[in-house]
Amino acid sequence: MGKIEWAMWANEQALAAGLIYVTGGIVGVAGQFRGWQFAAFGIAAGVFVCLLEYPRSKRGKGTSVERTGQYCFTVCVKAFGPLTRNYYVRAFLHAALCVPGGFMLATVLGCVCLGIASLIYLSAAIHGEHWEPILPRTEPPKRVGDSIKEPPQNPPPRPPPELRRKKADKLETAAYDNPMSVTVNE
Amino acid sequence: MSNWIINHGLSAFILVVWMGINIFLFVYYYLFYDQGPQFEYTRELLGSALPWARAPAAVLNFNCMLILLPVCRNLLSLLRGSFICCGRTMRKQLDKNLTFHKLVAYMIALMTAVHTVAHLLNAEWYTNSFQGLYGPLASKLSMLDDSVELNTTYLNPVRSNSTTPTLLVFTTIAGLTGVVITLALILMITSSMEVIRRSYFEVFWYTHHLFIIFFAGLVFHGAGRIVRSQQVTDPPHNNSFCEDQPESWGNLTGCPIPQFAGGFPQTWRWVIGPMIIYLCERLLRFIRYMQPVSYRKIVIRPSKVLELQLVKPGFKMAVGQYVFLNCPAISQLEWHPFTMTSAPEEDFFSVHIRSVGDWTENLIKMVENLPEGGQGPKMAVDGPFGTASEDVFDYEVSMLVGAGIGVTPFASILKSIWYKFKDSDPKLRTKRIYFYWLCRETYAFEWFADLLQVLEREMEERGMRDFLTYKLYLTGWDQSHVNHAMVHFDKDTDIITGLKQKTSYGRPNWDKEFEQVKQENPSSVVGTFLCGPQALAKDLEKKCVKYSDVDPRKTKFYFNKENF
Repeated sequence: MGKIEWAMWANEQALAAGLIYVTGGIVGVAGQFRGWQFAAFGIAAGVFVCLLEYPRSKRGKGTSVERTGQYCFTVCVKAFGPLTRNYYVRAFLHAALCVPGGFMLATVLGCVCLGIASLIYLSAAIHGEHWEPILPRTEPPKRVGDSIKEPPQNPPPRPPPELRRKKADKLETAAYDNPMSVTVNE
Repeated sequence: MSNWIINHGLSAFILVVWMGINIFLFVYYYLFYDQGPQFEYTRELLGSALPWARAPAAVLNFNCMLILLPVCRNLLSLLRGSFICCGRTMRKQLDKNLTFHKLVAYMIALMTAVHTVAHLLNAEWYTNSFQGLYGPLASKLSMLDDSVELNTTYLNPVRSNSTTPTLLVFTTIAGLTGVVITLALILMITSSMEVIRRSYFEVFWYTHHLFIIFFAGLVFHGAGRIVRSQQVTDPPHNNSFCEDQPESWGNLTGCPIPQFAGGFPQTWRWVIGPMIIYLCERLLRFIRYMQPVSYRKIVIRPSKVLELQLVKPGFKMAVGQYVFLNCPAISQLEWHPFTMTSAPEEDFFSVHIRSVGDWTENLIKMVENLPEGGQGPKMAVDGPFGTASEDVFDYEVSMLVGAGIGVTPFASILKSIWYKFKDSDPKLRTKRIYFYWLCRETYAFEWFADLLQVLEREMEERGMRDFLTYKLYLTGWDQSHVNHAMVHFDKDTDIITGLKQKTSYGRPNWDKEFEQVKQENPSSVVGTFLCGPQALAKDLEKKCVKYSDVDPRKTKFYFNKENF
């Protein structure tokens, strides 16, 4: 357990906020509430936030755990370069996206949650964190010892053919043919 | 199938009962609000959004009552002790307390979502009703004012044209508390995600204390009595007759102005009990915190392992239990769990602390700078708390599997065996113990190898070599190990641990091990205890189910896992 990387918690909070924003927006639009336009915006903003936050960042220290199927999202988010890498940008983006949600009851919760996520991201940015994509590692192929490339040039030494023949009287006890004696005292 | 019943039957039963109660509450209260005649006029304004809000509220009451109970460590330890009569299976359920806590939390989250959405609809429709969008009956009902002179009571909490749903929510007790506690719940959930919990426990722990706000808000959530039901008037107001002519209310004999009153808040009745219990739990932890703890011995072991031998008056432990340690000099609020490595027969208790994070590193540094023979930093101890290992001596045959740091509770067990043996304790039902120690490397566990050496000697002296069979598996071997082993293969003792039992390399073949245990103990009940990673737990659980016989005369394997 090391120093906290605020971005990890901000990421969870933002993803949850996105989902809540979308849910509130759907309720607002489906119920044809007064101010449903804000709800429609909520749906769009919520979906956008979810897509942006789904790919987890690579951790500064320790093993990063990917979310299922996040690779394609990682590629998309990575394509925006410094805009998605920098957490100040994310903090301001979330703050801006959450404001319209405050004008309608259904999206108020999404607004507040996204606002909190924005604050945590701000804290992450102040601590110097940034978003790093988790890319599959291309392992260098295992280096087998060099000697394996050099097959032996000569066959192993063998005694002459007369000695290689199995002795008939020792056939039962002989488990295999020993070309050379294996005991020390012989 | 039958093996599954033996190992998981009671858990499944408890889950079914819990789910059954949830479903019953939901359906009962849904119908109560959907069909109850006293809510007919409320339903006129709100439609089915009323029962859709009230049904999850009932489920929420039930689950908020339950959620505090699984985290009362001391209460659970007490229950565990008093369940000695009721058998292993009951006590095993208490080990799954955290799982149950999480399950109840998910249910609370789900029901909160349904409840909130229904109330969003309610707020909107109340506002629309007041503004006359739903016909004459709805308008008439909404216009009923809370007035003593006119002898009317209101139904619609929206009382003026300028009230928007947002304003309604933020100016009523129910609305305000609702938003606050939902926010607290969301923050609690996002910070308890596995990723955050495993990496930054502090964030999880501190944020989780928002539950105080949650429960405070929850208790006051119904104080505004905003859910109104129709009261009986004298003469009675005939709904079916009067609803078609709202203009003539008060002028017809059969249609006096209907009266409404708010429901008395119910939630506190559900949660007050567990809240008091939890308060007692925290009080108990605090009292234990204040008890003086003195150091008997401090030993720095190889590989940055710190052994602390502590003495606390009135402290009694059982094998394999753990304690929470708090060192105010390092952090005022952090409590960290450590399994005890001493046996209950000793007059002190010890823990072996490895340097894994900030807190442990700081502690080791502090201790290293102590003068010779000096007392360590002030330490507070809470516990001991029970785990599955307490059951080891109840089984005739025990298989103990310790992986890596998980070998620690078994240090306590093995030492206790040693003492019980020396005293010929009749309480020892165990006839055989198989101990499997898996570790990637022996780094940081030299102290455990020393313990095994001592036990090995003792067993040999008493001619009881069969009692304890232990196998060591070095799962992180490489070429240098192989070379070393090749050169020293004819030595009597193992090159890595110095023990008579040779170390095996790689992971154990569990099928073979279980077969061996089954063969050597054809008619016993075998308890398998694991302290180690989840993947291994799944593996062993499957093997226990696979090798258990339904026939009570043959071998049966029970699986127990220790968890923090």
